[in-house]
Amino acid sequence: MSRIAVRKTYKLYIGGAFPRSESGRTFESLGQNVAWASRKDARDAVKAARGAFPKWSGATPYNRGQVLYRLAEMMEARAGDLAKSCSGRREVERAIDRVVWYAGWADKLPQVLGGSNPVAGPYFNFTVPEPTGVVAVLAPDMPVLEGLVSRIAPVIVSGNTAVVVISETNPIAALELAEAIATSDLPGGVVNLLTGYRAELGPILAAHMDVNAIDVTGAGDETTELEVLAADNVKRVVRGGSEQSPWEISAFLELKTVWHPVGT
Amino acid sequence: MPQAALLPRDVDLPLDLRLPRVGAVDAVALEARAGELAKRSIKKASKLAALDLAIRMMDLTTLEGADTPGKVAALCAKAMRPDPADASIPAVAAVCVYPNLVAVAKKRLAGSSVKVASVATAFPSGQSPLAVKLADVREAVALGADEIDMVIDRGAFLSGRYAKVVDEIVRVKEACGSTHLKVILETGELGTYDNVRRASLLAIAAGADFIKTSTGKVSPAATLPVTLCMLEVIRDVHDETGRIIGMKPAGGIRTAKQAIQYLCVLKETLGTAWMTPDLFRFGASSLLNDVLMQIRKQRSGAYQSGDYFTID
Amino acid sequence: MAAKTPATRAVPSPLEWEYAPAPEAREIVRLEERYGLFIGGERVAPRSRKWFATTSPATEEHLADVALAGARDVDLAVQAGRGAFEDGWSTLRPAERAKYLFRIARLIQERSRELAVAEALDGGKPIKESRDVDIPLAAAHFFYYAGWADKLEYAFPNRKPRPLGVAGQIIPWNFPLLMLAWKIAPALACGNTVVLKPAESTPLTALIFTDICRQAALPPGVVNIITGDGSTGAHLVKHPDLDKVAFTGSTEVGKAIRRELAGTGVKLTLELGGKAANIVFDDCALDQAVEGIVNGIYFNQGHVCCAGSRLLVQESIYEPLVAKLKRRLRTIRVGDPLDKNTDLGAINSRMQLDRIRELVASGEEEGAEMYQPPCVLPEKGYWFAPTVFTNVAQSSRIAQEEIFGPVLSVLTFRTPAEAVEKANNTPYGLSAGVWTEKGSRILWMAERLRAGVIWANTFNRFDPTSPFGGYKESGFGREGGLHGLEPYLRFDR
Repeated sequence: MSRIAVRKTYKLYIGGAFPRSESGRTFESLGQNVAWASRKDARDAVKAARGAFPKWSGATPYNRGQVLYRLAEMMEARAGDLAKSCSGRREVERAIDRVVWYAGWADKLPQVLGGSNPVAGPYFNFTVPEPTGVVAVLAPDMPVLEGLVSRIAPVIVSGNTAVVVISETNPIAALELAEAIATSDLPGGVVNLLTGYRAELGPILAAHMDVNAIDVTGAGDETTELEVLAADNVKRVVRGGSEQSPWEISAFLELKTVWHPVGT
Repeated sequence: MPQAALLPRDVDLPLDLRLPRVGAVDAVALEARAGELAKRSIKKASKLAALDLAIRMMDLTTLEGADTPGKVAALCAKAMRPDPADASIPAVAAVCVYPNLVAVAKKRLAGSSVKVASVATAFPSGQSPLAVKLADVREAVALGADEIDMVIDRGAFLSGRYAKVVDEIVRVKEACGSTHLKVILETGELGTYDNVRRASLLAIAAGADFIKTSTGKVSPAATLPVTLCMLEVIRDVHDETGRIIGMKPAGGIRTAKQAIQYLCVLKETLGTAWMTPDLFRFGASSLLNDVLMQIRKQRSGAYQSGDYFTID
Repeated sequence: MAAKTPATRAVPSPLEWEYAPAPEAREIVRLEERYGLFIGGERVAPRSRKWFATTSPATEEHLADVALAGARDVDLAVQAGRGAFEDGWSTLRPAERAKYLFRIARLIQERSRELAVAEALDGGKPIKESRDVDIPLAAAHFFYYAGWADKLEYAFPNRKPRPLGVAGQIIPWNFPLLMLAWKIAPALACGNTVVLKPAESTPLTALIFTDICRQAALPPGVVNIITGDGSTGAHLVKHPDLDKVAFTGSTEVGKAIRRELAGTGVKLTLELGGKAANIVFDDCALDQAVEGIVNGIYFNQGHVCCAGSRLLVQESIYEPLVAKLKRRLRTIRVGDPLDKNTDLGAINSRMQLDRIRELVASGEEEGAEMYQPPCVLPEKGYWFAPTVFTNVAQSSRIAQEEIFGPVLSVLTFRTPAEAVEKANNTPYGLSAGVWTEKGSRILWMAERLRAGVIWANTFNRFDPTSPFGGYKESGFGREGGLHGLEPYLRFDR
């Protein structure tokens, strides 16, 4: 008699833990029951992301770079599972390489995106990029793993924390990724993954007053409602691309300029 | 509740406890404020009033190796009657000379309101033994000086021997008796406004009646920001102790326009109560003629020539 | 030691020495009776057939009638901008584009007196500020961005910068010409054309600027200036042929614009309100901190989005600091904006005065202690004395809402961590000030304050090379510096 496999239960990933939806709801996707995140799950995810922000943004860039690289290591180790959840091995490799590429940016951003400004007066003046805070990400449907990683990595590399609404057409890839994240050194709450419906969760996050930016790259062309809701706390609304680029990172950065007199 | 940045009432507090509470000065902001006040636009009656006051606040100064009785006599005449053609021009506050010329000045100024100020304490460097400095002061007082302009020991100050600086001023003050004491910090040698503030507080704590910027022998001499810095110390001391200290910028003030700028800084820092020769002096030599020219220009409307004002 | 004064002299006692009035002559501004719209390089009468008056807030004197652009006028202006963009401006050699901007910078310098007087006359700000700050900075801004016009590819490595097209720009009344420069200079340098709407209460210098465009021989339609009110701005923002909208003004209007543009893909920058904390530690250079506090909140009557309106004072220095501050307030000269010795001019409009009064009344009701120095305010015009509130609760309206007037709220803190917490406890994030002599503490604070501009041991400094803009509800996008180019470019790759 053949062995009956032990199946995996796919849950949410919030604050470094894997809770079920507080609503008790699930939906079936690709033959799996997946947690159907509710408004309150979104709230909890934002709370976890906000809680994780001071420490993650305050970590040294060297440390953040290493943690991202560690994520790539964990993905490599799970390449087989990940490949089954997306278009295959090649996509996994591209996704891993992308994480490595972004990992290297952590300690270069201020040099490329900031600098000193030669003001006309006895002042030293410099501009540094800083993370904007909690970022809601509406992940693209395709390519499911590479697309997801391409949106998460530029958000968190600078110190932002993310609440990601993952593709409802194929949530498994993200849930496999969650296991890589959980076993990497990313502190709990830096990346939070919600499975559920974009149409339900998107507006909740767009309207959330403690979310600083929303990435609508994966949301298609119909973003009007999200943008209207985002106006309430002047959220940054980002429509990015699928290429790897430091400008994908800078979309989630604030620029801080500091003045100090130069004198004796 | 602790009070920062102010001199404590109890001046007997040991120096090392007092100094950390002296407070700091931000150079850029201080200079910016002085620059703002320098842009005040003073017109018409207020300009004439300022120029009149500037003359009455002037310590007409000659401090040269080449000074002679004749030179000082001429200066005294100018001091008493700055513009022979205009009786409405007031006398200056004082004539400032070396000790050797105090007697001449005293004689020439007899019966006038003009005081005789004498520099002393191994002016301008102050690099002599204390006994010599004290003898210098006693001689000048004995010769009839109404006011003594002493120099602090910058060598001691810059090497951190603050107690020596203070002790010398205390001893000089004793030697002065009732004679008015102005303490020259020589700010051009102190390097920072923080030092100017610290030296000002030391001088005041040790008994100075006036604090004075410069000997006139070191560049930079008086500047608007350094004067503002010292006026702020005077204000703090008054706030905390009620003591009223005078101020004398000296050296580098050559134009009526500059003099008015100093008066604006004075007015907006210490208020009109300080706008009297009792509490503010200009140490200057060439300033007087420019002020006279400006007064005549203001009254006549025509720009003036130096040929019509005596060089003394 | 009193000097002997001959009886003939009648000099006022020095103890009462006062500055005589020193008004700047206003004749240099040759006001026209009526100013039309500047569309396609020409002054035209508005199709709306509507006009409104611009007045001096210091005297309520009528200065001129100004066109009120309606929907049709806005459309014509955007068309003119589109025409100029496609008809040569976007393809003009960048080095030549730069020269137009250099010309404009020079023309502003050459006409600086006229512009300074007009700014003081129309907006009520002291002439010393328009003369020493607004106008020189406006010229500097054009000079700075002129140099970028032919160097854009060096600013964005590995990207191909391209102009966006036509930019609709709406500016506030607090720094009329300077805000015009902040908007127009980078837009033009990047190869865009603009339709700019000056604020309703301060159109004059923008209208003089149209003459500068003429003198610079700027191609028609590259700069279009449409005067009007809020309705004009609304028409502009809604125009379907804009590629870019830049707005400086209230957070409320900024949010409305954001909603209006939702789903359009029009690039947007917002520079909105603020409620900056100015944080004073007990080891600071006290007298200079007092100057910084005064400059922080009374500069330009407090009509400054980045004003240091919340003073956070370390409790151990509270009493001496407040005493010094109150004394300093007594030397602030309030009055005629054209007087060269005026420190605090007129409130920009009746509406703004009403808002300030309303918030100040709420402060008194909420139990805060108000101090105003004795000063005689002119009878005509809109005036408000410099005001300090002490005993202010963090929850009080005057500690939370932007007053946009010469009103300071003083609160206290005990530790650096508490100062940061209180400073960041606001929906805004435009600017903050820190006063301490301790270098490591400055950097620690600067890292933690969530604001776009941190002034350490200084306040309210501006420079064309220095990026300016906010976190959170203070807006997004930067103006000034290299970072001020990005909002006016798209990138081909």
